[in-house]
Amino acid sequence: MTRRAVGELYDTAFNAAVLDRRLASIWSTPPGLWGALSTVDHKIIGRRYITTAFVFLALGGLLSLLMRLQLAQPEARFIGPDRYNQIFTMHGTNMMFLFAVPVMQAMAIYLVPLMVGTRNIAFPRLNAFSYWIYLAGGLLLWVAFVLDTGPDIGWFAYVPLSGPQYAAGKRADIWAQMITFTEVSALAVAVEIVVTVFKQRAPGMSLDRIPLFVWSMLVTSFLVILAMPAIMVASTALILDRLVGTHFFNPAEGGDVLLWQHLFWFFGHPEVYIVFLPAVGMVSTIVATFTRRPVFGYLGMVMALIATAVLSFGLWVHHMFVAGLPRLGESFFTASSMAIAVPAGVQIFCWLATMWAGRPIFKTPFLFVIGFVVIFVIGGLTGVMVASVPFDTQVHDTYFVVAHFHYVLVGGAVFPLLGAIYYWFPKLTGRMMSEPLGRWVFGLIFAGFNLTFFPMHILGLRGMPRRIYTYQPEMPWSGLNIFISLSAIILAIGFLLFFIDAIRSAKSGPVASGNPWGATTLEWATSSPPPPYNFARLPVVGSLKPLTDHPGALPVASGLRVDRRELLVSSVVQALPEAREPSSEDSIWPLWAALATTATLIWSIFTPWAVVWGSIPIAVALIGWFWPKGVPEDES
Amino acid sequence: MVVLGLALLRRRRPAAEDANSEERLTTAVSAAVAATVVIIAGLTIASFYTTRSIGVPKSAALTITVRGQQWWWQVFYAGSGATSGFQTANEIHIPVRTDVQIRLEGADVIHSFWVPSLAGKQDLIPGRSSSLLLRAEKPGVYRGQCAEFCGLQHSHMAILVIAEAPADYERWAASQREDAMVPADMDAAAGQVAFLAKPCAACHTVRGTAANGTSGPDLTHISARQTIGAGLLETTRGSLAAWIADPQTLKPGNNMPMVPLTSVELQNISAYMESLK
Repeated sequence: MTRRAVGELYDTAFNAAVLDRRLASIWSTPPGLWGALSTVDHKIIGRRYITTAFVFLALGGLLSLLMRLQLAQPEARFIGPDRYNQIFTMHGTNMMFLFAVPVMQAMAIYLVPLMVGTRNIAFPRLNAFSYWIYLAGGLLLWVAFVLDTGPDIGWFAYVPLSGPQYAAGKRADIWAQMITFTEVSALAVAVEIVVTVFKQRAPGMSLDRIPLFVWSMLVTSFLVILAMPAIMVASTALILDRLVGTHFFNPAEGGDVLLWQHLFWFFGHPEVYIVFLPAVGMVSTIVATFTRRPVFGYLGMVMALIATAVLSFGLWVHHMFVAGLPRLGESFFTASSMAIAVPAGVQIFCWLATMWAGRPIFKTPFLFVIGFVVIFVIGGLTGVMVASVPFDTQVHDTYFVVAHFHYVLVGGAVFPLLGAIYYWFPKLTGRMMSEPLGRWVFGLIFAGFNLTFFPMHILGLRGMPRRIYTYQPEMPWSGLNIFISLSAIILAIGFLLFFIDAIRSAKSGPVASGNPWGATTLEWATSSPPPPYNFARLPVVGSLKPLTDHPGALPVASGLRVDRRELLVSSVVQALPEAREPSSEDSIWPLWAALATTATLIWSIFTPWAVVWGSIPIAVALIGWFWPKGVPEDES
Repeated sequence: MVVLGLALLRRRRPAAEDANSEERLTTAVSAAVAATVVIIAGLTIASFYTTRSIGVPKSAALTITVRGQQWWWQVFYAGSGATSGFQTANEIHIPVRTDVQIRLEGADVIHSFWVPSLAGKQDLIPGRSSSLLLRAEKPGVYRGQCAEFCGLQHSHMAILVIAEAPADYERWAASQREDAMVPADMDAAAGQVAFLAKPCAACHTVRGTAANGTSGPDLTHISARQTIGAGLLETTRGSLAAWIADPQTLKPGNNMPMVPLTSVELQNISAYMESLK
């Protein structure tokens, strides 16, 4: 901190106006296409990520409408079985891998650096790379679907149906390779967030002063780091089975069919919490702001987050209760599946206590939180039901389960996310979304959702299996199905209104102040939208709600250089300042690296030689990326 | 969990008094969490005992092997002593008030055997075998359906379980053990000739004739079964003819090809099929 060379410029030397100008000149992304392609600004990349994920949400929603069209009446012939199987596979895959996980990470990419009071995310170029690779994976999947070679094996792609013998063509390879893309991008983002939270917090933001959203993203990132390798192993083994004839999953050659299910669900169950825990953080943030008090039981909330994360690794077998595993082992997984209701209960009770003690202000973000509580509790109740083996053997793979996980995922993640979009929209765009329209959006989505998905519980109990493209008129399912299909229209209109509101408000909504909600966390301490350098001077934090403690101006730290991109590295526990660290300049190399990786991965669907030849452009891109910059830290 | 519902309702009241002590809240939240723990523990134990009570394998009087195929069910009744075994498809007969063990085998991909009114579901996994206990208290027709996505025609993979009085069951089993009936009328006889001459016999077995293919359902007593195409159509001469004429329109993607037949051949083969009681 003390080593200062001649000719270096520090922020202590300038007044506010000059400082802003100087910081802007070194942190800004240059205008034009080249600037857009080479930017490493976490806010630009975060916005891109969020927008892309919402485009995938809209596309996935359209697919579900197609399914509802086909199922509205028995023996309908709008969509044939081949297309229908592609559609439901695409819907699940798209929603889980291209929407739910990325959108949560995208919110973190945008918000975490602001909330911990730093200037950019850790490893900004890796961040840029992760976006491009995510986009490439999404395009691969959707282009394949448009060309009628979309995967048709279900989003969990059970072998042998997805194996070389029963899934001819390239459809299953495209699914497996899309997994590779999204996993690489998710792992990259998870590492960035962990490092940002541990090493780049504002001075004084000790572990017990981290906002709950940041805690939730930290825990989520560890979940990603621990769970995603399982699916990478699985999808890679599947590709090897298909491409070069290994026999990981072929029982005839000593492979094992159930191995796939164990690997997939060892990832697949934590995946649910990878989607849900960020939502817990969002809800906590919104509840605190709109009840005008901090969330009750901060320590309990953090512990519940961590407990949920740990338990989530002990639940995967409850997806396999009908696969013929020993009953004693299944009882263990029943117990663990039930046990996870306890930390969920702690969170719910803490929020309710907060609402009880606070003075609720019923704005749109808060409405979505209320909707979340109602729907998530129902989803939790059915979750406890399906955790029981005898019950599950009846409802497993029926519409009851379809209803259950939509209650958990839409109620538990999409509602908080929509609330979060309404809440942070002014920070992202500098403009407010419409409050009256927001109420309509909430009302339509809440009503549409319940009308659509609640009857699915009954359908499941009446024996309708999931993933069927049609059913016979004599089955007692027609009435509810037409009702569900009509209700889905209400839900769709709600989402349509949301998209209209978001697009319109981004262009012409009322201009937002720096802190329109009177919130207490650091992202509201800067302008809306924030300048490229986030904070002119880094804030110093003395409690959980720095903005309430210092309503006028926050205490700030100074001593950073203004003639290069520089940020502060702090200690893990206490967040004591440790060092000044240069932050990456813009670079086009992440894009090239992503392009080279994409070409290699797609090519490798067709020949294993792609891995050999493709490594050359990847190596070139990485050498360009890591070429020494000539700054002292790199030289030493 | 009930606590959650109550707490939700309470939230609606305006909670303006700011004087609420944190301590009271702590007590309330702790009590709620403790209640959740107790309820959850109770449910877990209840679930455990239910699992034990329905899961204990009793000695079954009858064992039937069911093999999942894309997209139909192959059913084997084992012989015992003097009686021979037989094979059928998509329809299981069982005696009422008898424990029946269903042995489940996967032939190609994973399927799941599920007759909701009789038992929970159980997967049929290639390379493994598992079993399930069925017991029907009342005679009747119980419909089941494949519950694990198994490809293109997963939707059309139904199975019927017909529970009947023991005497009726024995009569049925005895008739199933017999070879196929010799065609009695001209049309059916001509149909048998055509059936054996055309590719049909390469995939299907009709016991007592030269037809001994094994990749499709055994047709020895097809007309005694209530449905064809794994629950797709009722077994009538008309539906048999429609199926034989164009199986790919009725059940797109299934493994039975469209075999070019003249209208006379089609009529005769349908008549022959209908005669196989």
